[in-house]
Amino acid sequence: MYIIVVGAGKVGWNLARELLDKGHEVTLIENDRRRYLTVEQELEHNVSYGDASELWVLERAGIQRADMVIAVTGDDEDNMLICQVAKEKYLVDQIIARVNNPRNRRHFDLLGIKPSVSATDLILRLLEHEVPEYGLVHLLDLQEEQLEIIEMLLGKDSGVTGRRVGDLQMPEGSLLISVLRSGKGFVPTADTVLEEGDEILAVLDPGKEDDLKALFGPDSNGGNSAGG
Amino acid sequence: MLREGHQVSCLDEDPESHARLEVGLEKSWEDLGGQFTVGAGLETEALEAAGIEGADVFIASTDGDNTNIVISQIAQRRYEVPTVIARVLDPLRAEWYQRQGLNTVCPTRVAIDLLEAEVRSAAGRGASSGDGAAASQEAEG
Repeated sequence: MYIIVVGAGKVGWNLARELLDKGHEVTLIENDRRRYLTVEQELEHNVSYGDASELWVLERAGIQRADMVIAVTGDDEDNMLICQVAKEKYLVDQIIARVNNPRNRRHFDLLGIKPSVSATDLILRLLEHEVPEYGLVHLLDLQEEQLEIIEMLLGKDSGVTGRRVGDLQMPEGSLLISVLRSGKGFVPTADTVLEEGDEILAVLDPGKEDDLKALFGPDSNGGNSAGG
Repeated sequence: MLREGHQVSCLDEDPESHARLEVGLEKSWEDLGGQFTVGAGLETEALEAAGIEGADVFIASTDGDNTNIVISQIAQRRYEVPTVIARVLDPLRAEWYQRQGLNTVCPTRVAIDLLEAEVRSAAGRGASSGDGAAASQEAEG
């Protein structure tokens, strides 16, 4: 594959190196002269100097024949527009954009820049996974398909421990798909009784997290200790 | 535009820009009916505080092409402002985005055209030297 990576910061440089190791053809574009000279010592002709938001710079890098454009500069507007131009003007099949400020993510969506990757969001997800107080963990967002898969740990104050799955009033648009207990996973039946320490996986329509939290989270009588 | 009786609202990151608005005015910007908001154009809260939701025209003319192109597309698509204009210095991109349905004004293009015209008329007069003239505008959307 021919891949253009824009931005030779830590992310771009390492990404370009990995892609080259995997045997792809890569051009890395950097607009800071000093940074370019540093990176060029290692990656040589695979680095190109210029501002990739200018069309001629992209064309010089051969964007017409690129299979993929990855924009990972530290500037969200640059990343958005580079991807927009790649997709809409040069008809590049695949684009990936880095989101620096998670608040800008909706702008990426608005301009049709998908997928976009935000390190802050990724770290937050990890944090949610590591810190059980957050309660509900997003495992997978299928934005196009409008589905999410989430994981939740049932604490001792959960309102559903000791209850049969068949008796639960699952919110509309959600489905319990699996229970992890003592390191083993199984698909629950109506007769499965939930226990403290169970981790449940559920698939749901976007926006149903709160309903699900209300059901599986701490009993409403006992005050709400769940954050996030 | 304010003098012509339009309602004008300016958004700028720099609070000091307010002083520039009042240069040559006999009264304060606000007394003349103007609005000024401090904030970044990419923040929807700032755009809304500046009144984008009721705007008939939106002009993005920060000193960054990329910022202008992104903000004007937000104004077009999210807020559906009827008339959106972006200042884009890069002639190639100004042209391409214009064809994509974004109204762009390219000061570089304007300057080149003026300079060219000046050179041609100087050459026509048989003069060997020509003075360039370029109009420049500074305004925050």
